[in-house]
Amino acid sequence: MTTTEHKSEGPVAADDEIVLDVQDLNVTFSSEDGPLQAVRGVSYQVRRGEALGIVGESGSGKSVTSMAIMGLLPRTAKVSGSARVLDQEVIGLNDAQISKVRGRRIAMIFQDPLTSLNPVYTIGYQIVEAILTHRKTTKQKARERAIELLDKVGIPNPERRVDQYPHELSGGMRQRVVIAIAMANDPDIIIADEPTTALDVTVQAQVLEALEAARKETGAALVLITHDLGVVAGHVDRVAVMYAGRLVETGTVEDVFYRPRMPYALGLLGSLPRMDEERGARLTPIKGTPPSLLNLPQGCPFAPRCPMVQDVCLSEAPVLTAPEDAEERHEDPLARHLAACHFSDQLAGARPQDLFQATELRGSGPEAVAEEEKDAEAGSGAEQEGDSASSEILLSATDLVKHFPIRSKGILRRKVGEVQAVSGIDLELREHETLALVGESGCGKSTTARLLLQLIKQTSGDVRYKGKPLHTLSEAQMRPLRRDLQLVFQDPFASLDPRMTVWDIIAEPMQIHGRGKEAKQRVGELLDLVGLNPEHGSRYPHEFSGGQRQRIGVARALALNPKVLILDEPVSALDVSIQAGVINLLEDLQDELGLSYLFVSHDLSVVKHIADRVAVMYLGKIVETGTTEQLFSAPAHPYTQALISAIPLPDPVKERTRERIVVTGDVPNPANPPSGCRFRTRCPKFAGELSETERLKCVEEPPVLLDRGTGHQDACHYSKAVELI
Amino acid sequence: MSDLHNRLVSAEADRPDLTEENVNKGEQLTQMQMIWRRFRRHRAAMVSLVLLLVIVAFAFVGPLVWPYDHTVSRDIAGNLSPSLQHPFGTTKQGNDVFAQTMRGAQQSLKVALVVSIVSTTIGSIWGAIAGYYRGRIDAIMMRIADVFLIIPLIVAVAAISGNVRGGTTWYAVALIICFFSWATIARVVRGVVLSLREQEFIEAARAAGAKVTRIIFRHLLPNAAGPIIVAATLLVALAVLTEASLSFIGFGIQPPDISLGKMVEGARTAAFTRPWLFYPPGVLIVLICLTINFIGDGLRDALDPRQTMVRR
Repeated sequence: MTTTEHKSEGPVAADDEIVLDVQDLNVTFSSEDGPLQAVRGVSYQVRRGEALGIVGESGSGKSVTSMAIMGLLPRTAKVSGSARVLDQEVIGLNDAQISKVRGRRIAMIFQDPLTSLNPVYTIGYQIVEAILTHRKTTKQKARERAIELLDKVGIPNPERRVDQYPHELSGGMRQRVVIAIAMANDPDIIIADEPTTALDVTVQAQVLEALEAARKETGAALVLITHDLGVVAGHVDRVAVMYAGRLVETGTVEDVFYRPRMPYALGLLGSLPRMDEERGARLTPIKGTPPSLLNLPQGCPFAPRCPMVQDVCLSEAPVLTAPEDAEERHEDPLARHLAACHFSDQLAGARPQDLFQATELRGSGPEAVAEEEKDAEAGSGAEQEGDSASSEILLSATDLVKHFPIRSKGILRRKVGEVQAVSGIDLELREHETLALVGESGCGKSTTARLLLQLIKQTSGDVRYKGKPLHTLSEAQMRPLRRDLQLVFQDPFASLDPRMTVWDIIAEPMQIHGRGKEAKQRVGELLDLVGLNPEHGSRYPHEFSGGQRQRIGVARALALNPKVLILDEPVSALDVSIQAGVINLLEDLQDELGLSYLFVSHDLSVVKHIADRVAVMYLGKIVETGTTEQLFSAPAHPYTQALISAIPLPDPVKERTRERIVVTGDVPNPANPPSGCRFRTRCPKFAGELSETERLKCVEEPPVLLDRGTGHQDACHYSKAVELI
Repeated sequence: MSDLHNRLVSAEADRPDLTEENVNKGEQLTQMQMIWRRFRRHRAAMVSLVLLLVIVAFAFVGPLVWPYDHTVSRDIAGNLSPSLQHPFGTTKQGNDVFAQTMRGAQQSLKVALVVSIVSTTIGSIWGAIAGYYRGRIDAIMMRIADVFLIIPLIVAVAAISGNVRGGTTWYAVALIICFFSWATIARVVRGVVLSLREQEFIEAARAAGAKVTRIIFRHLLPNAAGPIIVAATLLVALAVLTEASLSFIGFGIQPPDISLGKMVEGARTAAFTRPWLFYPPGVLIVLICLTINFIGDGLRDALDPRQTMVRR
């Protein structure tokens, strides 16, 4: 313990009592197909005031572990092992007994703030209820406490808000109310299960702050469960990585992020697109998908995906041990760096590329296949050659406006207002280019994507494809053009017809366009192209994992040899290790087939990785646009700056020390946007820096996109470029 | 680092092929085979299917081999108790009840078949169109459906069938029932389609340039199959019961033809004295309704490819 003094041992060392002690916890669900081992032998301890992050992909058992501790699992779940809360065993307690622990000793914060509050009671009532359950106090006092709690989690006007119903609050506000309820009885442990996953990034930053405040206020230990390595990097002291129901690596954040000793942790870090890195570096995805928990392999659960697998890995499951040559020897036993890998000693100083790139280059990658593909369509190949800086504009939108009417209820259905989803935007998508459209939910980016495809009709403005207006075409005239313009959806579960086989799904566009005969051969080629086994065509979508389904969606979009692919959040529903594979696939396809992408996303890290140009949208307007380089190195609009600084970096030191531009509040209602500059209600510049007269301009005059250099435009009256990363 | 690389290379070399998923072991089955396989796992549905096939054989093949038909015959003595010659006895007028039951079951099944096909087809398409287009088209189409829904079925059928010229035959009864019952299916289908049309795969089909007919018949209706089948089986049961009730109150199938309802009506006073006249037709009505409902359940599950028991 000579170099880095660890956070958890510093100020709170006085009472380093272990508040949560989990030993050898196992959870098994019985299913029709046999026992499903969701959690296998998980052990960890948390001290008072300490924050532990549990990271894992979906299905790794991270939520089930905490549900087991809270006693919230259904009766069908078999739980064994031990979990002690302040030396009291909680596993095996009956409902009445555990209710005394729940809420008072351990509090839980769930993922979805929309459903974790009861819509028919006021938020005040719900906080008071939580207080009165565990304490003998008057209703009046409990109410005062509720107001105090709301204030602490950063809800403005708590006296007024306390009597509101959940639907009157935005998602971020509701999650803060949930945090307030968790704080209500000064718990010893707060378990937060993906507390910010359902929220926008700028709101996520606010909620994480509220969580931090809650932890400081109550002195509770925090167990933060998340799939987001960035969130973990900035907010916890120690990390535990879970895979297939086991802990595979634990240690301090610095140890796990900078010196991972388990191939899976290494792979996760390598598959993460990072905002603080240059574009061009390829991501290194982990092959395959997490194993089914039904028939787990005998040895190491990661063995089937591990690039350094040996015979011993297949027969013997590794246990969590400290690597022999660990760089640092923590005296504190909890902070010790442990990894469950037979060969963790060899991973000292390894980078993700060393391990995972090697496998990617093997023949099974899409490159080899894509070449055949190129030969197959030599005809269209000629025009793909000519792409250069002066390439042709394929798809353009000018002054595009879409207002959705809000109608009154009843028979007349009069128009009582309109949601201004898109209010006058200009876009140009050039050949062989990736243009990213970035913004938070509700900013109109998906509406824009659908307007460009004419799946919905615009209110005004025009859309052109190769200079030809699309907005005047009828549905039948539009049909032949749909071959060139295709769409890939966000949700790989909803976007494939569950009643059709994969073969039928991919063949459908060809059948529609009278090319059903080609389909027989082409479907197999396409499956091959996107990295799936062509023999799997007769299966149904539900038999595939999320990443595979997204590949099916891409194959369907490619069936007609389109020129433009509009990708609507194509990777945001996928786990990181899978996401990287899809991103690489999209990049490869673009190179091989000369596609142009319009990439709609809320995730700036992915955008930084894949896009050539970026347009940032806020409340139906583009606030800043430029090349990826320009936008990330010198963001000029305060909203872009806030977005960039709200994205958590998967790097503990950078994440804790970086400069932040924080916005307050939530996105205003698009039915009634603020006058002048639409961002002014949340703008840190408007609130902090500007004088009264300067503000007047923001209130009265809507800013227009202005070029302040080489093609880098922003819509702010007082824009000033800042360097953030 | 070089050590790691050596390790990697050697690992690559003698690495067992684990990346290939281990799912695709079973033989490839066609869609129909898979549906059949899943249907077979539904025990109640299988039992019902066998039972219904027996009833169908009884109703359609039986009359060909049985020496008597449902009409009055001089050869038959009245008021006989069950015997080998007349398993369900005979009526006062001298009908063989066994033959009457066969004929009655035949009528009921024919009505059920027609109603299930005609009503379900019309109702599904009507509902799908209304749900797909929404707005004004939906409002008009569903108001029309509502008109049919609020008229009490029995009263309307009774009023109409009383006025159909030349007595009422089974197909007339069936078509009248259809006329007043498709609207329930339309309502169910519209509700399902309203939520289905917002799914991304529908948008995907539109983005690929699919026409409305393709979207409705290839995507919307197959995905609404579950609710449609449930509604249709309920409707079939309702049709059998309606036909029976109509015949019971005298508006259905007219003599000299016979139906199960008519038989129950004729024997209603004899339920305790001569139960063999009352129970065979009554039990048969119940059996037909029950078996069709169970088969519907089984079909709904079998048609859903998301069911777990696939290829294992």
